[in-house]
Amino acid sequence: MFDRILPYLLAGISVGGQYALISVGYTMVYGILRLINFAHGDIFTAAGFFMVYITASMPMTVSVPVVIALTVALGFLLERVAYKPLRSAPRMSVMISAIGASYLLQNLMWYVTGGLAKQYPVLPWLSDNVQVFTASTKVVTIVTPILTIGLVVALVMLIKHTKIGMAMRAVSHDFETSQLMGIRINSVISMTFVIGSGLAAVGSMLYFTNYSTVTPTVGAMPGLKAFVAAVFGGIGSIPGAVIGAAVIGICENLIKAAGYTAFSDAFTFALLIIVLLFRPTGLFGEKTAEKV
Amino acid sequence: MKKVLALILVLALMIPVLASAENIIKIGVFEPSSGDNGAGGKQEVLGVEYAHSLAPTITLNGVEYTIQLVNVDNQSDSSKAVTAAQELVSAGVSVVLGSYGSGASMAGGDVFASAEVPAIGLSCTNPSVTTLCDYYWRICFLDPFQGSVMANFANSLGCKKAYVLTMLGEDYGNGLGHYFSDAFKALGGEVVAETFPEGTSDFSAYINNAVNAGADCVFAPCATTYASLIIDQAAALNVSFPLLAGDTWESSVILEAAKGKNIDVYVSTFFDENDDGAAAAAFVSGFKAWLNANADKKTNNGGNDIVAAVSALGFDGYNVALAAIQAAGSADPAAIAAALPSLVYENAVTGAIAFDEIGDAVKDMAYVKKANTETGAFDFVKTQSVAGL
Repeated sequence: MFDRILPYLLAGISVGGQYALISVGYTMVYGILRLINFAHGDIFTAAGFFMVYITASMPMTVSVPVVIALTVALGFLLERVAYKPLRSAPRMSVMISAIGASYLLQNLMWYVTGGLAKQYPVLPWLSDNVQVFTASTKVVTIVTPILTIGLVVALVMLIKHTKIGMAMRAVSHDFETSQLMGIRINSVISMTFVIGSGLAAVGSMLYFTNYSTVTPTVGAMPGLKAFVAAVFGGIGSIPGAVIGAAVIGICENLIKAAGYTAFSDAFTFALLIIVLLFRPTGLFGEKTAEKV
Repeated sequence: MKKVLALILVLALMIPVLASAENIIKIGVFEPSSGDNGAGGKQEVLGVEYAHSLAPTITLNGVEYTIQLVNVDNQSDSSKAVTAAQELVSAGVSVVLGSYGSGASMAGGDVFASAEVPAIGLSCTNPSVTTLCDYYWRICFLDPFQGSVMANFANSLGCKKAYVLTMLGEDYGNGLGHYFSDAFKALGGEVVAETFPEGTSDFSAYINNAVNAGADCVFAPCATTYASLIIDQAAALNVSFPLLAGDTWESSVILEAAKGKNIDVYVSTFFDENDDGAAAAAFVSGFKAWLNANADKKTNNGGNDIVAAVSALGFDGYNVALAAIQAAGSADPAAIAAALPSLVYENAVTGAIAFDEIGDAVKDMAYVKKANTETGAFDFVKTQSVAGL
């Protein structure tokens, strides 16, 4: 029995870890700006394309940091261009701007790459096969959950114990008052996008090492599922996003194992509806009433 | 001033009209160059373009006409295919070639039928492409045949249980998977069938399901985007069974994915590069030379000069279209549609082409090939004819 379940569990934990790295980006931006950054999945895809093009001309040890830097720059630029000018606009306008940014990025990638699937470069070591008890898998499957937990713990430390972290908590608690108290709100928001995009870049390396084709729309599905994970865990909560992602990744694979392969995506979205119906704030969401 | 401007604008509008009044016949190329089937679509277009470079004109009743190719990208998507088809119809094409992918062809078929423009399917193998549309003809074999070819082949490998994996709601894969299952069951085999939703990248659960079901082979007719993921993850899980698929997998995308991995991949296809027929040999050497002389064409072929079967079909399709225009004696779509049923084209590189009453070419030969994981090329395994089934 364990032999049969093990490969599914391994795949589930690994997919969950990748969703987690994306969903942290969603949840942080929401926590601070009360904005769902729909373009986050496309930043994840863009990181994949950066890697494809950059490894063509640079050695692997250089391209990994360059890809992370470029992705971070893209996230920063996105915030400056699409969200900052709308800081005092109604929330709906910002959301429409986010949807527009998402489609803009997607179509830009479609245009630049010609719309064809690109083969992701093979990252040494991560792509090697290993044997875990009775199951064979790639090294990246084991590395993903460890790296995810490590990065998230570091992030929580940053938020709890540094000055910028304190500023982030203050901004997320009360946007206007923290402005009055002399917190530079724009740099705090930019920092959020930088962290979110950086994690998405790392997530994309792990994801595409497992699933090696990059297409302009490849980020849409993991992006949506990571968003569901963020809502499930309670949007705004970082540990919540990680646990939500793990639950979704593992459940998806177990449902496929049970033979309901056609329903695995349906499950994810049914879960979203059920969570919203019975627990709108998610597992770890704050239950503060909306200020009027 | 306003009047002068208006006059200039009107005159400017007339320039394309005047230009098209010269002796030009337009042939629509209805193919994906992006999306899931983009890589294959580009290779099919290359065959058409090569044929066009050899025969860019046609003489009808003593007047020489220049053939102009009108390319549209249907993005491998049934909904976008309709718009692309409309674009061709409004460009005033006389006949349409394509598409790679049965779903796009079926979606475009309605548009061509209502505009009464004949279309010649090159590599769309689903039977419904022609049965549901009176204006669609086809120059390749069909899925019921292809399905039984692969079922027989699986049987000859000694497989008793097959795992059939197709994409939910995709016309091509579901059709071919169904015909394979029927043929395989008729041979006394057992079939486990599962589907994956569009946009899936995690195939490890499906491959584990195949392992747990005790399958001896996996038959996975699907777009090459998914195929490379399936091959990659099957190799990561160290499976012992071979992967089988239909004509879409005969692509450099598959070769790239399988290269250097410990996995057996078999495909059935329309044409073999090492065919020793005179027409085929001339095509292969000419096409390779043409690819090597044009860097961007070579890039579209996946960066190498391996001749894909779909390129051969593109080449034949263009020549069949020319023969039909010649037989009709005009560029009028209705006349071409009337000429197609009785057309016989002997010089085709994929075997002589004549249409039955539904509009399908009478083809009775398929080639089974295996991806060589060391050289990164397809090795010929065997030919299979209808008579041998």
